[in-house]
Formats: sequence, C-alpha cells, structure tokens
Amino acid sequence: MKKIIEGSMAVAEAIRVCRPHVISAYPITPQTHIVENLSQFVADGKLKSEFVNVESEFGAASVVLGASATGARTFSCTTSQGLLLMLEVLYNIAGLRFPVVIVVANRAVSAPINIWCDHQDAVTARDTGWIQLWAEDNQEVYDMCLQAYRIGENPEVSLPVMVNFDGFILTHAFEPVDLIEQKDADEFLPPYKPVQYLTPKNPLTFGLLVDPEYYTETRYRLQKAMEDSKKVIEDVAFEFKKKFGRYSGGLVEKYRLDDAETAVISMGSVTGTIKDVVDNFRDEGKNVGALKIRTLRPFPKEAIYSALKDVKNIIVMEKSISLGLEGVLSTEIKGCFYGKENQPKISGFIVGLGGRDISKDSVRKTILKAEKELVEAEFVDLKYELIGGKLL
Amino acid sequence: MKKPEITESLLAPGHKACAGCGEALAARIIMDAAGPDIIVTAATGCLEVFSTLYPQSAWKMPWIHSLFENSSAVAAGIEVALKALGRENEAKVIAQGGDGATADIGVGCLSGMFERGHDVLYICYDNEAYMNTGIQRSGLTPFEASTTTSPSGEISWGNKTDKKPMPEIAAAHKIPYVATATVGYIKDLEKKVKKALSIKGPKYLQVHCPCPLGWAHDPSLTIKVAKMAVQTGLIPIFEMENGKITSVRKIAKKRPVEEYLKLQARFRHLFKKIGGEEEIKRIQQIADNNIKKYGLM
Amino acid sequence: MAKPEGVVAKPGSSKEYKTGSWRTEKPVFKQDKCTDCRICVMVCPDGVIFGSDKKYYADLDYCKGCGICVEECPVDDIEMVVEVR
Repeated sequence: MKKIIEGSMAVAEAIRVCRPHVISAYPITPQTHIVENLSQFVADGKLKSEFVNVESEFGAASVVLGASATGARTFSCTTSQGLLLMLEVLYNIAGLRFPVVIVVANRAVSAPINIWCDHQDAVTARDTGWIQLWAEDNQEVYDMCLQAYRIGENPEVSLPVMVNFDGFILTHAFEPVDLIEQKDADEFLPPYKPVQYLTPKNPLTFGLLVDPEYYTETRYRLQKAMEDSKKVIEDVAFEFKKKFGRYSGGLVEKYRLDDAETAVISMGSVTGTIKDVVDNFRDEGKNVGALKIRTLRPFPKEAIYSALKDVKNIIVMEKSISLGLEGVLSTEIKGCFYGKENQPKISGFIVGLGGRDISKDSVRKTILKAEKELVEAEFVDLKYELIGGKLL
Repeated sequence: MKKPEITESLLAPGHKACAGCGEALAARIIMDAAGPDIIVTAATGCLEVFSTLYPQSAWKMPWIHSLFENSSAVAAGIEVALKALGRENEAKVIAQGGDGATADIGVGCLSGMFERGHDVLYICYDNEAYMNTGIQRSGLTPFEASTTTSPSGEISWGNKTDKKPMPEIAAAHKIPYVATATVGYIKDLEKKVKKALSIKGPKYLQVHCPCPLGWAHDPSLTIKVAKMAVQTGLIPIFEMENGKITSVRKIAKKRPVEEYLKLQARFRHLFKKIGGEEEIKRIQQIADNNIKKYGLM
Repeated sequence: MAKPEGVVAKPGSSKEYKTGSWRTEKPVFKQDKCTDCRICVMVCPDGVIFGSDKKYYADLDYCKGCGICVEECPVDDIEMVVEVR
C-alpha cells in the first residue's frame, strides 16, 4: 500500500514490521523523527518492543549489544557525532558477530558543527566490520531495513548491518512509499534464531581476551564473512524482488550504462540528480551512465569492475573525504581496476559537504571537465570569495 | 588417598589472577552466592583478563565482556532482552567492573542503568587503582596512595584526592539497595549478594578487594589487610536501602591508620619522608570522619 | 548447517591450565587441630581447597601458594612448606 510519508516515518514503519525486541537510541538531529515515531508506536501498542532511552549513543549501542547477545532482534538509530560516539561499540558488535541493525541519517561531522547531510559519519565507520547499505530514496531505505535483518541474521553472515540514508534530504522528505503488510513482512523475515546466545542452558563465555596466537584468525574469519556476505546481500535482494516486486538492495545499481563511455559513481540521494543529468546527456546523444553504490561494505569490487570495464571515464562524486588524500570511494574505485587491462581515467570530486545543494548544472560541468582532464579530489562549487579569492 | 566429593566454584580454577588476589576471591564468593541461574557481564580489567584468555574461560555461567565502560549498559540490554523474549525468569543479571570501570570511565552508563531502573546487580570490585594496566590511579584510589600515575616524589605525597563517594552517588539515584562489603568479611559479602538479588531494581555493591601487586603487601595478608581497612574506619561497611543507611558494621576496637598503612608499600613514603607524620594525621582524619559519619563506633 | 561464528569459550575451561606450577611453597594441612570451621575453604581465592570432616586439602594442580589459608586458619593447622620439584 503506497502512502506519502516522511523518510523518518518510512524507517519507523519498516522497523515496526521487523518486530525488534529491543530498541535503544539517543536523540540527535536529523535522526530524531525516527526514534520519536518508534517511541509513539511503542506507546500506542503498535510495536511490542522494549524501548530503552539511554544517556548517550555509546549507551544505546551497548544496550543493543547486550540485547543481541541474549538472542533478541535489536535496533538503534543515529547520525554524525552519535555514530562517532558509538564507534568503539560498533567494532565490538562486529567482532562479537551480533546482527544488530542500525539506521544512520547521514550528516556532517564537527568541527565546525553542521547538522546537514554529508557522508563523513558512516564512511568513517567503514572499517568496523559492519555491512553498510546506502539508500538513494525513502522506498529504498524502507526496503533495505527489512533486508538488513535478513542479511545480518543469516547464520553464515552473523554480522551487524548499517543502513544509511541522507539526513534531512531524505529523513525529512515526504515521498510515496509502498508499505509492506505485517504478514508479508513476517513471511520475508522470520523470527531471529541465534546460534549462540547468553543463557544458563548453555553457559558460554563471550568477549574473551584473544592473544597473538589466535587473534589473526578471528579477523580473517570476519573478513571472510564480509566477503561471503556479498552473495547473501544479492540473494536477499532477489528474494525481496520476487516477493515485493522491487530490486532495491544488492551491491550496485546500474543506470544507462550500456555502451556508456562515461560513468558517474555516487552513493545516496545525489544519485537522483546525477541520473537526471545522465538523461539530459543521453537526450543530447552523449553516452553517459551512472553507477550507484548500494553496498559500501563489503566493497563490491567485482560488481563495479564488471559494470564499468568498458567505460573510458569514471567520475566519482562523493560527500566525504579522507583528509590528506582524496575521497575514500575514489581510492577504492581505482583499486577495482588495478592490474586490469584498459584502465579507465578515474576522477574524484567532493560534493555536497555539510548539506550544500548540488545542482544539475554543477554535475553537468563536473562531468564535462572530467571527460577532458584527470581531476583529483576537486571540491565542486567551491566559493573562492570565502578562501581568499583563489585556490589555496 | 581417595579425594572426597568436591563442590567446585562457579568461577573455576586455572584462571590467571595473581596469588592472593582479592578480586578473584570476591568474584568467586559472589558468583557462588548468586548462581547458577545468572547472566554476568564484565568490564575490561584484571577480572576479565585473568579469567578469559582464549580459548579458556573460568566462568561457568553465561558471561560476556564487551568494553571497558559499558558493563552496566550491556547488562541493561540483557535485562530488557530477557523481558522482551519472555525469559525474565531464566536468570538474574549481574554487571561487574573494577573501580576505574565503575567510578571513572563507566560512570555514565552506570548512572543511566540506575536511572532507568533495570533489574541488575552491579558489582564494583574496588582494588583502588587501574591494576590491569599497571597500577595507575583511579577515582577510588585513596588519599596519598602512591600509584604509577600518582607517585610519591620529592614534592608529592602521592594521590591528591580521596575516594570518590560512589555508594552515595549510587544511592542518590534513588535505587533500592546500595551496600559496601569486603573480602575481609566473606559471610557479610555473601549475605549482601543474596539480599541484593532478592530485591527488584538496580542494586550497587562495592567490594573492597586488596591487590597484593598494586598495594604491595604479602599475598597471604589479603584478608588481614582488608579487615584492617575496616577496623581503622577507612573503609566503612554499610547498607543503604532506598537512600537511607540501614546497617553498618561496627568497629569493635578502632585501629590507628598507621597499622593499615604500614602493611602496604603503596603508603611506604608516609613513613620514610620527613613530614610523613602530618600526612598520616590527615589520613587518620578521613578515618575519623567516616566513623562519625556512618556511626561505626 | 550454520557454524557458530563468534569467539566463545566453554564454561570452566580454564581448568585446562594448571596454575600449580606458579607455586614455590605449598600449604600442608596438618589435620591435627582442625575444627571443621571451613575458613580455609572460604578464603581460597582460587577455590581449590576441598574436604570435610576435619580432612582438608588443596588441589595442588591449581593452588598458587598464596598462603592465605595458612594466615587465616584460626588454629594454626596449616603450614607453608618450601616445595622441592
């Protein structure tokens, strides 16, 4: 059933039908509407979850860790500074192999403090051992929430999943979202059956001290689980499509890439603008396409290579930067082509930091520029008057 | 000789605590008084390190260590999960942490757990410094103890502050049960664990645990040192129920603080340096204040 | 079938490691003046003193030789002796 709802409500509606036993979160802009909606569901008896209001995001992540360890399905939600405050726990949850799901309403990080969208928060958390899904719109984030539990709770995966969608741009946007009935959701997502959990019936010890003799293998298994989860992520997306008619997960989304000479890579809502520009170029007879990264971790390097192996120009437009180098995605995309024949030209642009709008015109100019020359870590729409009149 | 029937502790031997470890003793007593139907969390620290070197564990109940500062929050998560899963009768939840994990780095999560009213017993093993990392001061290190980050020196008498009043801080959260105990009086410790677990809601039990390594006393003297701490008045043993002190362990014969300090090399500088007598008087004052405040005599 | 993925340990598996080798002195229970007060059992940090009916012993596979039992025995019925290995 389609309803026009706010992005935050879409996430809350998705989580409602996932029936988490325990939700714990701490309010932070622009995530607040999500937890407010969930709290209201619980208050109205529409969602039978324990909702734990905590003293910090660190506490929220720790509460869901403990609940997940006990065999519960769990949910948390945060952004920006909150995600960074969770970071220590995020590593821990992944290392303990608990399939916690969190949604991140992506936002810039301080200083200077800025409450608007970019991707620096979650990109910073890319090495934690969490699967990272990135949504372009509110239907996608809705669908990904259901898929996230299916992926993480698969015993072969046993990994936490972070679903990302753009703060304000999506969290506060009203869009039509096709909502799934509870019984259909239950069929797609059966109750969580943990292999190991805290119970006196099988009194195991979790969270041991692991010395150099054994530590490497724990990281190897984590790495292997991440790699192997790519197949599960795709399988779950196909299964979702079979049941609900939408392929809204998986690793990447190809957009008009057949015979494309130039491809623009992006994550999140900016992909919509890029697709519009691609359409314009196509109308003009230019062979331009786009590739959306839906799964940042595990990094789908095979899928990216196979989608772009015949392209001459790759343009990465990303909303975060590894300061002192370039955008993280730029580096990683380059890695996909290392050692391969016919290497494309790969240019990187930093766009939309701290919520700055990205116009179709800017995207268009950026593409035209990168077709002519190789560009590295260029800040798009830089206001020269704010940095002394010229590039520093 | 045929070995007689043995009842083994819920904290199995083979763990790597130092000989004479007060914390290991306390943990064993507490687990046996509380178990076996318990789920237990632990903060990073000696207790976790000496008991869970992979692939072995000394714990015989379901047990989890996550991080340094979140033992109480993880326990809260366990408690709500048991409730949500309809398994609340399966086990009682116990959170554990050292003095640093409790009074310093984990105090935020602990306060949250208290405030939200989780049915969790929190145990603070107070050995008065960060022993696991090499005897650095914590918020519960006593006045003028020499630690590796509050050393005595030419112009220093050691730790500049007295113990943070954690039991009072816990009680200020209006939780139903707060108590102090010590490995010096094991029956009392057992009794308080059982009593705490009979009460619904958050409970705080702070257990004074001598550390032969960090306090630099002979390992055989762990119990003696613990008892002496009580008998001087430096470590008051009491219970607070719903914010009011309801029982105290009376001191039969008050010992001067020197007798306690002398047993431990962490206070050695007080007896060696000129002016030490004055400093010892200040420590005596802390003991006397406790005696008055808690009505120990 | 799914394999358990996290790093876990079996309950009480620490017993595979024998801490008795740390010891230089061992407690000897004289079984002379014992009053069955069981204080030795209670105060052992490692929980390795067992027995009943005035006959107690330390499991030397694990006893670390701290000497608390000797110090706390109210009737001086336990003594530490240097161990020759």
